[in-house]
Amino acid sequence: MVADGSHATGGMASRGRGRANAMQRFARRRSTIAFLMTLPLLSIIVGLVAYPAAYAIYLSTLNRRMTAFAGTLNFELLFESDTFWMVAFQSCFFAVTAVLLKASIGFWLAHMLHHIPDKGQRKWRGMLLVPWVIPPALSTLGWWWMFDPSYSSINWLLSVISVPEVPWLGHHWWARIAIIMVNVWIGAPFFMIMYLAALKSVPEQLYEAAMIDGASSFQRLRYVTLPMMANIISITVLFSLIVTFANYDIVRVLTNGGPRDLTHVFASYAFQVGILSGNIPRGAAVSLFMFPILALCAFFVLRSVTRRNKEQM
Amino acid sequence: MSASTAAEAPKGIYHLAGSLSKERRWALWTAYISLVFAAIIFLAPPFYMFVTSLKGSGEIASQVGSPWLVRDPTLENYSAILFNPLFQRFMLNSIVITICVVALTMVISILAAFALARMRFFGSQALATGVFLTYLVPDTLLFIPLYQIVGGLGLLNSIWGLILVYPTLTVPFCTWIMIGYFASIPKELDEAALIDGASWSQMLLRIFIPVALPGIIAATIFAFTVSWAAFVYPTAFVTTPDQMPLTIGVVSQLVRADTFAWGQIMAGALVAALPPVVIYAFLMDYYIAGLTAGATKG
Repeated sequence: MVADGSHATGGMASRGRGRANAMQRFARRRSTIAFLMTLPLLSIIVGLVAYPAAYAIYLSTLNRRMTAFAGTLNFELLFESDTFWMVAFQSCFFAVTAVLLKASIGFWLAHMLHHIPDKGQRKWRGMLLVPWVIPPALSTLGWWWMFDPSYSSINWLLSVISVPEVPWLGHHWWARIAIIMVNVWIGAPFFMIMYLAALKSVPEQLYEAAMIDGASSFQRLRYVTLPMMANIISITVLFSLIVTFANYDIVRVLTNGGPRDLTHVFASYAFQVGILSGNIPRGAAVSLFMFPILALCAFFVLRSVTRRNKEQM
Repeated sequence: MSASTAAEAPKGIYHLAGSLSKERRWALWTAYISLVFAAIIFLAPPFYMFVTSLKGSGEIASQVGSPWLVRDPTLENYSAILFNPLFQRFMLNSIVITICVVALTMVISILAAFALARMRFFGSQALATGVFLTYLVPDTLLFIPLYQIVGGLGLLNSIWGLILVYPTLTVPFCTWIMIGYFASIPKELDEAALIDGASWSQMLLRIFIPVALPGIIAATIFAFTVSWAAFVYPTAFVTTPDQMPLTIGVVSQLVRADTFAWGQIMAGALVAALPPVVIYAFLMDYYIAGLTAGATKG
């Protein structure tokens, strides 16, 4: 700014020079620099997220060979097929069950970690986060081998306590349970870490005050810990709901939708229909069904985050 | 009467104190028992993968005894996988993709976060919200239109197509946490720099990047793990084996033969999972800082 001003008073010669000055000034303006700096980010958001999202809506209105406009035909056909409703049910069932389990296991483990002496916490935390660190597709491969029908190591462990063999990936309900188990195994450590960070930020004085007032440990949990963590709990649960609902890796590796297409979720079904069977418009229509639920979750996440920001200010 | 209450009072307190310490001991025991239980379950699958990777194919095929133990350990699976030219190709692809994506991501997100955190301009608030919203958009929602777009650019079956689309997974989150880190730098620092006549680029390079280095490391680790582990996009966009990164390569190419070479598959999966795990082991605090920053910083 100061440099600009001195230029303006010092120069002041021809008109061309004046224009150059104006250009320079424009180039030096804060908003111009800021705009240039955000340009790559902007082009990614617009070109690779917003445009594809709009393009998906356009694609879903085409006919199978993508030669003509077909209106809502793809959606109507989906509504009529049983497979689609099964996929919708399975996606919701999977997401809700898995997120509830992950959240409660994570909450429990975070509490347990918080209770033990500080010195050991690092070691335990390091061990318990391992499932989250391994790329999900690869650890699911390991689970697949553990569920393998001919030589299942889980069934071997069950047989030690004389439980009959479980057809893990052969029967659709067992396959659904297996998918949820793997997802919980991968995701619970994430909740644990988030809740542990939140637990540590609860001021110790609140617990002392509650104890002096004679609160039992359950009351301390109910009236001190939960209200203090309410926001972070809702953010993580909603965020995880989005990620879990849109999950693809586990179903692809573990069951690939089988047996008889009964374990497909939206993402894997969209992949099956859109890419593998080559019906891109129908696949786009399937994946668009994820959007309303995700948008709802995103709205609530955003609200919790802004509320949290206001609290911290 | 007063004597009796006086005699009772200490007893009451002792009783209370005893129960408190007992309660605490119980709490500690429950804590350790649940942690041990959780650790066994959480570490069992990687352990089993490791045990399997040490078994010869004969031992896997015989199916007798406990599958959790290895009788004569061998490294033949590892040597087979490491000298497999296809696997080496997967590894090379993963490394190239990850380096390019991490570099791109960090440049884009540091520049944008600096502008969004420090220079208020028209629409900056809306853009910051937009960044967060795009972070919430999952990859499975967009892979079909992106398949068409990448195909239109002629980049299907090429690692360059993956390098083009991976930033949608990494840039929003990295920008978001970098905004948080930059915003926490005191304004006095940049005022002092401005008075000393520093330009914007000097301010960014000499002040913001050094001060926010922990945040930058956390964001880099995040970008690395995400692009190393990405699965949906390579599955959709790449079908030729020599352009595949490790994740989809191990899952689709090694699991192909009629008789599964389980030992080799597990060895491959473990080798592929090693880089994120090693980074995590050495930089755990940064890793966790990046993980929790998303929800607590913004």
